[in-house]
Amino acid sequence: MQTDALSATFAALADPTRRAILARLASGDAAVKDLAGPFRISAPAITKHLKVLERAGLISRSRDAQLRPCRLEPSPLKDVSEWVERYRLIWEDRFSQLDDYLEEMKRKEKKRGRKKQ
Amino acid sequence: MAVRNSNTVTVTLPSDYEIVVTRMFDAPRELVFEASLRPEHVRRWWGPRHLTMTVCEADVRVGGAYRYVLRGPEGREAGFNGVYHEITPPERIVCTQIFEPMPEHVAVVTVIFEDNDGRTKLTSTTRHASKQARDGHLQSGMEAGMRDTFDRLEELLESLAKM
Repeated sequence: MQTDALSATFAALADPTRRAILARLASGDAAVKDLAGPFRISAPAITKHLKVLERAGLISRSRDAQLRPCRLEPSPLKDVSEWVERYRLIWEDRFSQLDDYLEEMKRKEKKRGRKKQ
Repeated sequence: MAVRNSNTVTVTLPSDYEIVVTRMFDAPRELVFEASLRPEHVRRWWGPRHLTMTVCEADVRVGGAYRYVLRGPEGREAGFNGVYHEITPPERIVCTQIFEPMPEHVAVVTVIFEDNDGRTKLTSTTRHASKQARDGHLQSGMEAGMRDTFDRLEELLESLAKM
């Protein structure tokens, strides 16, 4: 996947309303009016958010049906979540070694403390 | 056998330029600070398990430089270097970071240590000069020798749904 496409995905995900829309679409396709329901914002504002999501390839909208229902397109999201998750696991690994090392440091400090007394 | 604690790493992307990593440690702030700064400590934990840390040098003072090198299972090496801009024990470290395969990108790393009832919350913010560089940094995780496949989409969506 190209960096430009990924940048669009990151930018699209940076907004809480758009994340909530994606979460809603994860449970099934929905028409714009159904999506606007839970959010206290206007239909034109929702349409704006949908355009951003569509450009990022995160959703698709049917051209034929009158209500043009929105559908979640999982592949770009999968790329981002995979990157973040792998990055997180590297730190998980590092910090679990740091935990062990901190225990070692604590034991050494205790020993030193006892010697001083 | 040591009991594994349940402190997990959180990674967030609060802006187009930043990556923020947070983690709680069951140790006093002074210890976590020292362990994160001094090369004699850093070499004991900074390399992920499947990588070897072949170089860990640091001139720990403001204006001083550090260099860390990791070697992967196939012998490929990746170096990191930078300069300390602020060292405020036991609260804050600010330094630059250059991933040597991408020397034109200089990131600024700010590590904050907060006391939480004898435990320590570490927050590391890496700020890149561009979104492209930030994404490249995230992507470098893919090349770090981690071969497992992850399919965490459902998990991510579940957490989104809870928001």
